[in-house]
Amino acid sequence: MKLKVDHVTRYHYDHPVRGVVQSHRLIPSRFTGQRVQKWDVTVSGGIKGGGFRDGGGDWVQAWSVPGPVSEISVRVQGIVETKDLAGVLQRHREVIPPVAWLRPTAPTRVDAALADLGHSVSADDTLALAHALSGAVADAIAYRPGATHAHTTAAEALALGEGVCQDHAHALIACARVRDLPARYVSGYLFASEDDTPHEAAHAWAEIWVEGLGWVGFDPSNRCCPDERYIRLGAGADAREAAPIRGIARGNGLESLDVTVAVDAVQQ
Amino acid sequence: MTDFFNEMFDSGAVRVPYARLRDWMEEMPAELRSLKQAEAEALFRRIGITFAVYGEGGDPDRLIPFDMFPRVFSHDEWRRLERGIKQRARALNAFLSDVYDRGEIVRAGRIPDRLVYLNEAYEKPVAGIRPPKGVYSHIVGIDLVRTGPDQFYVLEDNCRTPSGVSYMLENREIMMRMFPELFRANRIEPVEGYPELLRRTLASVAPEKCRGEPTVVILTPGHFNSAYYEHSFLADLMGVELVEGQDLFVEGEHVWMRTTRGPERVDVIYRRIDDPFLDPLCFRPDSMLGIPGLMDVYRSGGVTIASAPGAGVADDKAIYCFVPEMVRFYLGEEPILENVPTWQCARHDDLKYVLEHLPELVVKEVHGSGGYGMLVGPKATKEQIEAFRLKLLDQPSNYIAQPTLALSTVPTFVEEGVAPRHVDLRPYCLVGERIELVPGGLTRVALTEGSLVVNSSQGGGVKDTWVLAE
Repeated sequence: MKLKVDHVTRYHYDHPVRGVVQSHRLIPSRFTGQRVQKWDVTVSGGIKGGGFRDGGGDWVQAWSVPGPVSEISVRVQGIVETKDLAGVLQRHREVIPPVAWLRPTAPTRVDAALADLGHSVSADDTLALAHALSGAVADAIAYRPGATHAHTTAAEALALGEGVCQDHAHALIACARVRDLPARYVSGYLFASEDDTPHEAAHAWAEIWVEGLGWVGFDPSNRCCPDERYIRLGAGADAREAAPIRGIARGNGLESLDVTVAVDAVQQ
Repeated sequence: MTDFFNEMFDSGAVRVPYARLRDWMEEMPAELRSLKQAEAEALFRRIGITFAVYGEGGDPDRLIPFDMFPRVFSHDEWRRLERGIKQRARALNAFLSDVYDRGEIVRAGRIPDRLVYLNEAYEKPVAGIRPPKGVYSHIVGIDLVRTGPDQFYVLEDNCRTPSGVSYMLENREIMMRMFPELFRANRIEPVEGYPELLRRTLASVAPEKCRGEPTVVILTPGHFNSAYYEHSFLADLMGVELVEGQDLFVEGEHVWMRTTRGPERVDVIYRRIDDPFLDPLCFRPDSMLGIPGLMDVYRSGGVTIASAPGAGVADDKAIYCFVPEMVRFYLGEEPILENVPTWQCARHDDLKYVLEHLPELVVKEVHGSGGYGMLVGPKATKEQIEAFRLKLLDQPSNYIAQPTLALSTVPTFVEEGVAPRHVDLRPYCLVGERIELVPGGLTRVALTEGSLVVNSSQGGGVKDTWVLAE
């Protein structure tokens, strides 16, 4: 499938700030499932900083915007050709060993309820177990936009019984850890046709390490594994670590944010 | 009672390195001694060196007692120590390069993977990033104790930001001012080259993107930090700027320092703040001490951070047990310096042994430091031992245990005259393009009779440490 992305993030500060630094994970991952045809990231008034491939295999690009500035826009435009690999992250190079992804972070910390949920399923092999965990998370947390916020933890979302893709991914990571399976948070884009179940074009899911197969993606929000409708940008232990854009402003301006994402299929 | 090795008197005879100190000691009248002691204290107060060593907490304005009786090593004793220390510093750096890359030592089954990769000090954000010259720990502080003429043990490694080197320099300076005749009678190797050597070491690991003479700075958390004196002292002697996080900022591919002449590029940062506070964009978002964006500049080769973020995974007390294995694995050599035999309470059999022998052992927290959260079996009451037993049973993996070592003694001035007191040693090994070690270090002394705890927070003092020239 050929997917076209147009992703604009606008930052507005009510008082001009003295400067902004950002760290981007905005380049599609390099693996068999996707090939970039065209990709362009621009930052209004920005100076491009250093770039490097991190231990998880993602390209990280630094930017800085000298102040005073009260408006910044980050625009991502490009075309990616994707393939359905049933969620398997094939031929993706990374240095960090799977076991390192067993470390908990604040939003993925396991409480009693998450431990119970993680133990509520059984399966004959790791792959089946991972599918079952993903299903259990989808059953336990109903998809409802607006029910949670950016800092909701997996435990809180489970107690609430509602959440969005970020909460699903955090809960699945926690449940996988309960079963001693390394897991991580993935951010990316999703192309969804109208007849689909709820969706967000800026999307997130989880990957679970399955010995023999490697990293396999699971999307509880859509009860499936990532296929040709998904574009993978990067991974981290949780939403904050995997965020496509991380930034800090110097100054006292209050930040407001406006994001638009369009993912469309390009006719062959 | 155990026999302790006395570094000056061996079965009544004076050991050679101390030969010339005997007359000095015997000929000093008591009045002169107390006069000199008061003079030394006044000198220390005037310089303002009053911080607690090793970040042990306690009253930061308290003066650490200085004992005028020097601790002496012969040329040959030191050569062997030097080889052992350098070997260890090389192995620790090789380990760090390895675990942030392919992890061969783990793949080879020599160290359990979870011990490394689930360690709090292992930093995922720097995996796959090779620091300049492959060096992670640029200043390695190795804590040593001695139990016999040729028997030294490594107590622990400090790969992050070992402190206390200002004491090494000040102790020498004060001894030279007060007893110039001692330095004429003995040929003592100098230590005052340390700051320049440190500056050169740091300059030798300038980043890829640095052009021309590198700019080195020391990054301090600020004047409220207990080691602030040392930060400013070193900056002065090295001739580099002492900065706080707010003095630096990131723009483009570099880190910049605000100066009255405008922004100046910074190439090497000797940081005296911990990893989690370095960069709120990468680590703790609530850090006010760090520089937003610093880690991206570091990881893309725009600046060097010393020690490298993530270096702490090599000096954890659970990893410590594997350092001799690192020496064999990476260097193909036998370790020159021995580890103290250590029981890891995370292991079932070890825990069983430790619980059965608590009154003989020293039990330490894996992540603790400064002599707190520690049980010294032979000095503890029954109640203390029982309380500790519960802690051990509750969280065994949080503890290691070691035999109580018969720490060597060095003559020390006490109220009644001169008496033996237990000591340890921290030398500071510098790792850059070359590995260098200034002949000396910081000797800490337990001033309380019979005490084996040298920490300044628990009645410890410091001594000048001599290495005799050939």
